[in-house]
Amino acid sequence: MRVRRAPIDKAAYYRGIPMVPYDLVKEFAIAMVAMLVVVLVLSAVLSSPDVPSATIQAWAKSDPVDFVTTAATELAGQSTTAQYGPPYNDGSGSIQSLGPIVPQQWAGVHVAVNAPLDFVLEPLSQATVGDQTLASALSTFDAASPAQQQKWLGAYIQALGSATLTNEQVTVASGDYGPVPTLMSRLLGLARTGGLDALLLTSDHFYQTDYSKPLLFLGDGGYFVGLAQDQDLTGTQWGMMNETGRYPGQAWLWLYTLWYQIPPFNTASNADLLVVLAMTVLSLALLLIPFIPGLRDIPRWIPIHRLIWRNHYQR
Amino acid sequence: MTEAGAGNPEAAAPPSTGGAGSGDGPEREAGWTGAVRDRLTSRLSIDELLPTRQPSYVGSWVYVFGVVTIAALVWVVVSGVVLALMGSAWWHTSSLGHFFNSIHFWSVQMFFIFMVLHFWGQYWGAGWRDGRAKTWMVGVVIFLFSIVTAFTGYLVQQNFDSQWIAVNAKDAVNSTGLGGFFNVLNFGQMYGLHVMLLPIGVTLLVVIHVLQVRSRGVVRPIGDPYVPDAAQGSASGGPVR
Amino acid sequence: MNQPAPYVHWGFILISLPNLVLIVVMLALFVAALIAPFPHRAAHHRADDDD
Repeated sequence: MRVRRAPIDKAAYYRGIPMVPYDLVKEFAIAMVAMLVVVLVLSAVLSSPDVPSATIQAWAKSDPVDFVTTAATELAGQSTTAQYGPPYNDGSGSIQSLGPIVPQQWAGVHVAVNAPLDFVLEPLSQATVGDQTLASALSTFDAASPAQQQKWLGAYIQALGSATLTNEQVTVASGDYGPVPTLMSRLLGLARTGGLDALLLTSDHFYQTDYSKPLLFLGDGGYFVGLAQDQDLTGTQWGMMNETGRYPGQAWLWLYTLWYQIPPFNTASNADLLVVLAMTVLSLALLLIPFIPGLRDIPRWIPIHRLIWRNHYQR
Repeated sequence: MTEAGAGNPEAAAPPSTGGAGSGDGPEREAGWTGAVRDRLTSRLSIDELLPTRQPSYVGSWVYVFGVVTIAALVWVVVSGVVLALMGSAWWHTSSLGHFFNSIHFWSVQMFFIFMVLHFWGQYWGAGWRDGRAKTWMVGVVIFLFSIVTAFTGYLVQQNFDSQWIAVNAKDAVNSTGLGGFFNVLNFGQMYGLHVMLLPIGVTLLVVIHVLQVRSRGVVRPIGDPYVPDAAQGSASGGPVR
Repeated sequence: MNQPAPYVHWGFILISLPNLVLIVVMLALFVAALIAPFPHRAAHHRADDDD
């Protein structure tokens, strides 16, 4: 015979307690109206933040040296994205582990990004129509051995450290860079027209809502980080909690971002994984408070409840 | 008639499910439909859902935080519906659109403010007592779900803030191995989660949470516990522990 | 409102003024809710009375 759970008998539970009229629907209605008024006033007076998005085009126009440096680093396979690891590729530069626990590795590659190809060579190959110089620079580069490619790129990236802007072109000291300067100046030109934003997004199919490629490329550059620093959004500034302008941000992330500011998290290469694990444990603890001795007894020990129910206790 | 009439085994109708398994109620319906109906009506009759009286200890402003949180959520959803109706680019080019975005932005701030205040109230009142642990737990899940929902919202703003959040958050998500399945750089995915899947989840959880509160009633003050009366307690089963 | 926000630096804590204001308002609201008197109705019935 199945034992049925007894239903909750409120009459018994409330025995000895005076019952008073309480209009729940009216309370809800008042709450709705009051909240609407508050929200409308805040919206009318303070509005909401909307700093326009950064584009690769804006990047190429306002900081061409940073753009070209980043692009060359991508082509050399040495950028953060190029060496990242799963879910983007088989690199290992950004894999986080905790001892033998490496969920990032176990999950594998699911958002395939090949930085030299996706960010540089593919877009350039779309732009060779009517541009024989670019076409031959590309085939020279493709034909060269990986070692030769790295030699050209390494020298070029080093020279970029003291690059100048001449007639809107990034100019470096003379050296043996092979076809790399041509590739880079064509990519810069493409970026300035907005074409690179488009090519990185659509990647030969018309409809696209996945911004992985343009965002990863943007994120590898100094220009993007500089914009964030101007808005006080970077991590060492407790950025996770912050919003652009003078608006409140995500104050509820205070504990999540706090860990990043203190040892050992603030210097750990696997800080993200550590923080996620710490917050998972704490969230579980929050969930299970009713069952955790000590934590569930604090309300008894620190009697804030005596204020909440003071009328009841006086009776 | 008492408030908990449906739980009283002496009530003539609806069919009683009272008793500690000692025997079938007088009119127990056969079949799945009857079982579901009996279970629902024993705990969630219309009197349970919309009582007109509360215990007198519900006489503190701390008790309004929950309903104010729900009020904020309503305006979050309403403004969100308008934003979704007009498309994700609307609010950047229309001042009316921007105004609705502001409503959405401030409702969300209000939602989190009052949800946390409600949390504080429930913690210091130890609201999980007397069989209400599940209510607390659903509440925590709502909190965590809301954080994820807000997170996807920040990601689909289509402005600099969303770009920056995406590029930085990806590392934390990737470190857990979820980066390939929850791609914060993928606007389409985040948008679908934010305007449909997650709000449905939050709303469902809030409904469950409210039903839990209504079916159990408001927890007694600390130090004034429910004491089962031996004569009545066994017949009615008493409150769920 | 689009100007950079002022920040409050206290030890290793660095919080924007808007966020700090928000948190202070929350604490004030909670304390206010604890101590503000709540309008009381006369108790008409005890829980185990019949109507």
